[in-house]
Amino acid sequence: MSTFDNPFDPDRKLQAGCACGQHRSAAEHEQAAALRCEPTVSEEKRYEGVVASAVMRAMFPQDLARRAFLKSVGASTALAALSQFFPLKTATEVFAQAGAPEKKDLKVGFIPITCATPIIMAAPMGFYSKHGLNVEVVKTAGWAVIRDKTINKEYDAAHMLAPMPIAISLGLGANAIPFTVPAIENINGQGIVLASKHKDKRDPKDWKGLKFAIPFDYSMHNYLLRYYLAEHGIDPDTDLQLRSVPPPEMVANLRADNIDGFLAPDNICQRAIYDGVGFMHLLSKEIWDGHPCCSFAASREFITTAPNSFAALTRAIVDATAYASKAENRKQIAEAIAPANYINAPVTVLEQVLTGTYADGLGGVKTDAKRVDFDPFPWQSFAVWMLTQMKRWGQIKGDVDYKAVAEQVYLATDTKKLMTEMGLSPPASAYKSFAVMGKTFDPAKPEDYLASFKIRKSS
Amino acid sequence: MTNTLRLRAGLVSIVLLAAFLGVWHLATRSTGTTTTMSPEYAKLMGLTATQGKSAMPGPLDVGAKLWEHLKRPFYDNGPNDKGLGIQLAYSIARVGTGYLLAVLVAIPLGFLIGMSPLLSKALDPFIQVLKPISPLAWMPLALYTIKDSSISAIFVIFICSIWPMLLNTVFGVASVRKEWINVARTLEVGTVRRAFTVILPAAAPTILTGMRISIGIAWLVIVAAEMLVGGTGIGYFVWNEWNNLSITNVIIAILLIGVVGMLLDQILARFTRLVTFPE
Repeated sequence: MSTFDNPFDPDRKLQAGCACGQHRSAAEHEQAAALRCEPTVSEEKRYEGVVASAVMRAMFPQDLARRAFLKSVGASTALAALSQFFPLKTATEVFAQAGAPEKKDLKVGFIPITCATPIIMAAPMGFYSKHGLNVEVVKTAGWAVIRDKTINKEYDAAHMLAPMPIAISLGLGANAIPFTVPAIENINGQGIVLASKHKDKRDPKDWKGLKFAIPFDYSMHNYLLRYYLAEHGIDPDTDLQLRSVPPPEMVANLRADNIDGFLAPDNICQRAIYDGVGFMHLLSKEIWDGHPCCSFAASREFITTAPNSFAALTRAIVDATAYASKAENRKQIAEAIAPANYINAPVTVLEQVLTGTYADGLGGVKTDAKRVDFDPFPWQSFAVWMLTQMKRWGQIKGDVDYKAVAEQVYLATDTKKLMTEMGLSPPASAYKSFAVMGKTFDPAKPEDYLASFKIRKSS
Repeated sequence: MTNTLRLRAGLVSIVLLAAFLGVWHLATRSTGTTTTMSPEYAKLMGLTATQGKSAMPGPLDVGAKLWEHLKRPFYDNGPNDKGLGIQLAYSIARVGTGYLLAVLVAIPLGFLIGMSPLLSKALDPFIQVLKPISPLAWMPLALYTIKDSSISAIFVIFICSIWPMLLNTVFGVASVRKEWINVARTLEVGTVRRAFTVILPAAAPTILTGMRISIGIAWLVIVAAEMLVGGTGIGYFVWNEWNNLSITNVIIAILLIGVVGMLLDQILARFTRLVTFPE
């Protein structure tokens, strides 16, 4: 079931065919829904529902008696009667607050890209303060700096690329420090942009010898671009050049003809188009629809020293993510995160990214509402996939205990508990199978998956 | 005579500036010609793409933006967006702290090395190796070991501004005329008193020259350091605007960095003139 679905919605699944109208059949809709969250009722309503049902259960511990009572008076009357002598509103507020945070003033680092949308918007739109926190979101110069500042405890938590907490926990490119991912920031939301002069080179087979930029080595950007190239028979290590370049420099380098293309966050892609220097070759969602991109990360030490602050922070992020996942809120969000204090980019650019109606750089206007999407659930199978790619490209050598690492870093169990408390319906399992460029990934057999690739780094 | 020279020099300066601004303006004029595009598409595109506006801002754009910044230099819109005055103040405070620490270490140490040929020979290889290291090379190491970004920035200022001061102090102290020291010796002046009354005044011009070089280096370094650690300061402002690809704001920052650097240099130059003596 989708995460933000209301299980008490009587209309659910009653219609024939697809409920949202976006899919051809109900089965297809179910499959798509399993991959991401669909927004429903407001948080207050959700909390109220959770509290009310808990009270109901406490008053009528026996299922049969409760059902009989509900049937005889009707659910709404029962609720009204209940609130007569039980302060439901207050209970809901107390419930939503949960344990008092040990530390209220928190610092959360972010990189100014649209992937950080939930982390950023939670500040101006009041999601942190709603959960009793006073969070300062601090713009940071680069991924390495955000890693060091989080390890140094200057930041209590931070926006990281989804594979980064895994890399840090394994000690790749840093001291091995146990890091965790309680929530995924965004899914999809990247693209491959080529310089305008390559308009006719739409087949990746013609890309030998070109220069491409990626933002960081331990990133979905790196793994997706390498995957895409390898699927087209291009060895990313020998047939072309991949460079680590900070996103704003990608646009400048593209203009200066110094690189031929890049795989970057959507707002950088859109900026290159907005400035007339490149065009969108494809959205990363066309490589893997629903892939994770950035994560919300904290050290394990922070969780143990301030569990309530951590829980409140995660709740705020999940709340903000739920809000961001609704298409009708996206314009408002674009305006909230565009100022210099946050992403510092033209509103038009952010709006095109978040609403999914965008100029493609070739003279056409395209629409894809799921160009970037938000779903917080940290699927452990995502982590397993990233580990297979780390191994595929020689970032980790030797044997890997995929499951153990995934379960240590991606906190699906804790997040599931938090989401249930919030009245959301998280998926039952933390593992799911998905397809990347048509090839199905079975999280139970990572080694077989890895062995099936022809192009990989020989080690 | 000197007055007319100054007048003429000023006139040439103005002509040069006007010529530079004129060329800049002409070079960055928008071409006005672009490929035709549907209005729906054009709405989603920037001025560079729709009106052929140059990616490089002209002097008028920079002037207008500069005026906007100067009108309200101390606004504070949250942790990541502060006025230019506040940013400059942060940078100057960092440079001041790092630089003062360097003065406190470099001048006594330089004295010691300059007065002792043994120490001078022994420490020379270390100084020679540490001196040419680029400020940015220190940054990751500092961040990693000090574990605090603003102290790291101050440390980088410190480590980079210490060497010119140290070397100049050593040189100044070591090359005080032998006759003066010998005269002091015959008058049975103690070592400490000799250092303060004979060597310090004699070496002061050289020491201050070292300090003047150092403040220049410190100001050069702060921009790079702040670009890397972020948070506050003029270097952070440059990075933040670069992130937004706003070349106009980057040019404004460059202009202001130049002006502040010149002011700092002028202050030290004035001090140098105060202690200079005719032989």
